[in-house]
Amino acid sequence: MNVGLGIPDAGLGSKGGAWLCSMASTDLPNPDSQARACFHCGEPLLNSKLLARIDGCEEPVCCAGCLAVAELIAGIGFSEYYLYRDAPNAKPDAAALTEDAWAAYASPEVSDDFVRRRGDLAQTTFLVDGLRCSACSWLIDKVLRTQPGVRDVSVNAATARAHIEWDHGRLTLADVMRTIAQLGYRPHPLTSASIAKTHQHERRSALKRLLVASFGMMQVMMFAASIYAAQLSGEAMDPQILQFFRIFSLLVATPVMFYAGAPFLLGAWNSVRAHSVGMDSPVSLALVLAYSASVWNALVGRGEVYFDSVTMFIFFLTLSRFIAMSVRHRTAGVTDALARQLPAVAHRVGASRTEDVPLAALKRGDIVLVRPGEAIPVDGELIEGPASIDESMLTGESLPASRGKGERAAAGTLNLAAPFRMRVTAIGASTVLSHIAALLQRAQAQKPAISCAADRAAARFLIWVLVGAAVVCAVWLAIDPARAFEATLAVLVVACPCAFAIAMPAALSAATAQLAQRGALVTRPDALQALAKVDCIVFDKTGTLTRGQIQVERCTPSANMDVARCLAIAAALEQSSEHPLARAFAAFDAGLDVHSVRTVAGCGVEGVLGGRRHRVGSPDFVADLRGEASSTAPPSEAHGTIVYLGDETRELARFELRDKVRENAAVAVSALAALDVAPRILSGDDRGAVEAVAIHCGISERLARRSPQEKLAHLRELQQSGRRVAMVGDGVNDAPVLGAANVSIAMGRGAALAQATSDIVLVGENLETLPQAIALARRTLAIARQNLVWSTVYNFGSLPLAALGYVPPWLAALGMSLSSAAVVLNSMRLLPKRSAAERRLHAEARRAQERTGGAIATTVTKTLPPERNPISQSSRLAS
Amino acid sequence: MSILFVLVPLSLALVVFAGWAFFWAVGAGQFDDLDSPGWEILRDEEPHDDREKRIADGG
Repeated sequence: MNVGLGIPDAGLGSKGGAWLCSMASTDLPNPDSQARACFHCGEPLLNSKLLARIDGCEEPVCCAGCLAVAELIAGIGFSEYYLYRDAPNAKPDAAALTEDAWAAYASPEVSDDFVRRRGDLAQTTFLVDGLRCSACSWLIDKVLRTQPGVRDVSVNAATARAHIEWDHGRLTLADVMRTIAQLGYRPHPLTSASIAKTHQHERRSALKRLLVASFGMMQVMMFAASIYAAQLSGEAMDPQILQFFRIFSLLVATPVMFYAGAPFLLGAWNSVRAHSVGMDSPVSLALVLAYSASVWNALVGRGEVYFDSVTMFIFFLTLSRFIAMSVRHRTAGVTDALARQLPAVAHRVGASRTEDVPLAALKRGDIVLVRPGEAIPVDGELIEGPASIDESMLTGESLPASRGKGERAAAGTLNLAAPFRMRVTAIGASTVLSHIAALLQRAQAQKPAISCAADRAAARFLIWVLVGAAVVCAVWLAIDPARAFEATLAVLVVACPCAFAIAMPAALSAATAQLAQRGALVTRPDALQALAKVDCIVFDKTGTLTRGQIQVERCTPSANMDVARCLAIAAALEQSSEHPLARAFAAFDAGLDVHSVRTVAGCGVEGVLGGRRHRVGSPDFVADLRGEASSTAPPSEAHGTIVYLGDETRELARFELRDKVRENAAVAVSALAALDVAPRILSGDDRGAVEAVAIHCGISERLARRSPQEKLAHLRELQQSGRRVAMVGDGVNDAPVLGAANVSIAMGRGAALAQATSDIVLVGENLETLPQAIALARRTLAIARQNLVWSTVYNFGSLPLAALGYVPPWLAALGMSLSSAAVVLNSMRLLPKRSAAERRLHAEARRAQERTGGAIATTVTKTLPPERNPISQSSRLAS
Repeated sequence: MSILFVLVPLSLALVVFAGWAFFWAVGAGQFDDLDSPGWEILRDEEPHDDREKRIADGG
């Protein structure tokens, strides 16, 4: 790996080598935590003692999963990947690394759903979870290519998709998926590549249109500029050359009009046929009028031509639509999100044996086996129990629910503990998950369409312009028929709402680009307008304010016990448990020797350690070992979940487990308050857990234990009381609520469905982006308003002059172009940029921090606004 | 100024050629992913045989 740094490896002693190794992980955000962060995933090491051997150096890793992935990557000679990557990796899921997880995909009836065959060649497109940067795509590409039988690989980092072709005589779908999974990513085969294909086609034709419009605009402008220059200086142009220019303008403008402008013309034609006025109608009317008048004038060789205006108009429209489309594609790829929540295979229990069958083959009444860690494939009734089920996807509740024999389990929820069997009660369209999808559709249908209002305003405006032009024409015909056409055209061109039409889109697309750079993707054009007006922001606790991972918050040992020892004992006992609470202890595993471990479902774990029996779990379970009834009542100030540890004689420790609050949640909340946006929590979680998070973040309005329906009702109530609500969500259960909010915001790693339906996606998962986005949206709206005022003043100011015949059409066209240019330039202020001084300060701050570990850096900190400052962010993390 | 009658059609021909080249590039997928290919150049490629051998040896 050192080759990449330009320093030869061989000449350095072991000490130098180790120094270089630690340099390789400087991509982690906070140098302070580097010593304690996992080499692979960047999460805190806690007291993991695992070391991965990477090119002769030992790097600390946090868990067995990271160890396996890091050593695999280094082992096959791809360790330079760690130098290239932009961000730490996603934490690999240990279950996904085992060979068995993908075995079901080897059978033809399962893989046929995903694989297309052509002769020997099989091909599939995967959506790769955890693919974060270009270096990841490089790694997947290279490693797959080393597999014998793989013919072609193309990995697209922007859309997180991998398209793979292989020889299906030598490899199966399962082999390919296993290879990707072993690198620590999660492949999801896409049932149809048609969505990706459609997007690719859309992007390519939009690019071509954009090119035709820009080339055409430049050519026509070249001719127009010389004509205008001659007119301005008062010199007569050679009529032959003038006519020549006009004919060429016509030649160039025609493909622009009918190729680049086709989407607008077709859109307008469709709305004419539907007897309605769409967004494209006013635009197309202006285009058609200006173009046909110009064609006529160019052919007869008299009057004005407006090809410059036509091409420029089309170029700006195409450009703004192209930007909007790119953003939409980046986020909206996951359309079969609902389907991906379900496993593609189920284990059907037959008379003689259990076999893996595709979901479609299941019938009501079948018996299905659900293994630990798997998603439940269909709705069913348990025929053995108890089972521990993670229903967070449906209810938002982060702690597992316990279900006994005869109780229902919903499709898409996760089995966390022991394997169990269940009888299928509902499949496909009648499952709970499908109902949620239906609820979502209903909520979306009720969404207020802001764009319709804008359309209607534009249409009304245009009707008035047409009426005005007709009046002007009639009056001039009565006074001086020779000047009637020119005056009418001048009115039409001057009043052409060109600047007006791009006033909003120009500002919005600039702001969209700015937000994308900060890690917030805007997926719906209306979202920014709505975001600017938001005065209330509703958080769903799970996975938005918190990270969705349960951690040990506090350990209260009994007398004579120390914290590390208690944690180590608990970790040793819990290491074989699949329970989510058990995972909280995994980080503290010190390799203590433990045997005869048994899990008592719903109670805890027991095992023999150092010759004595120990138990970890609920108070009753632990007290029972020493033959007492539970004596210790849980402390009243405790939030979250309490777990006890004890042996045969006494209680050893009490642990408080809690979902960890995101580092910058409190900062983000106070920044929101500063913007007069009232935060509140609306969660499906327990009261205790919600209170803890609310107090930590300083949120006074909080509601716990709410079902999706109740959340939706509460949201409606807020909206009826006149508040404009932004909803920040994560799970599938939020999707209907997200759809009904004025603006919906999803965290990037949340369930794919929430992403697909939300207006804004926070890909960086940085909550501080929220107040920044709201501030930017408000600024955007202010600038858009300036644009609108300016274009309106221009349009209405020049209209009477044009009607009175004082404005020749060429001046009208120039004025219109300049007014549009002013609008675009004004909007450019929203584009992301950083001044040179700011960049220098940034670099200095980072250097100072590296040198001193943060001591000197405070002087630099003061000169930068906090949201742009790396040091103030990291010191906030530390506190 | 009659040179314009040659130069203007010439410029148009150039534009048409440039447009054709761009259409070809778009159709060939050159603009589908603007991020990943930039990394290709940073890679130190070792001869393909060596790498296959190393993997066969088990890393």
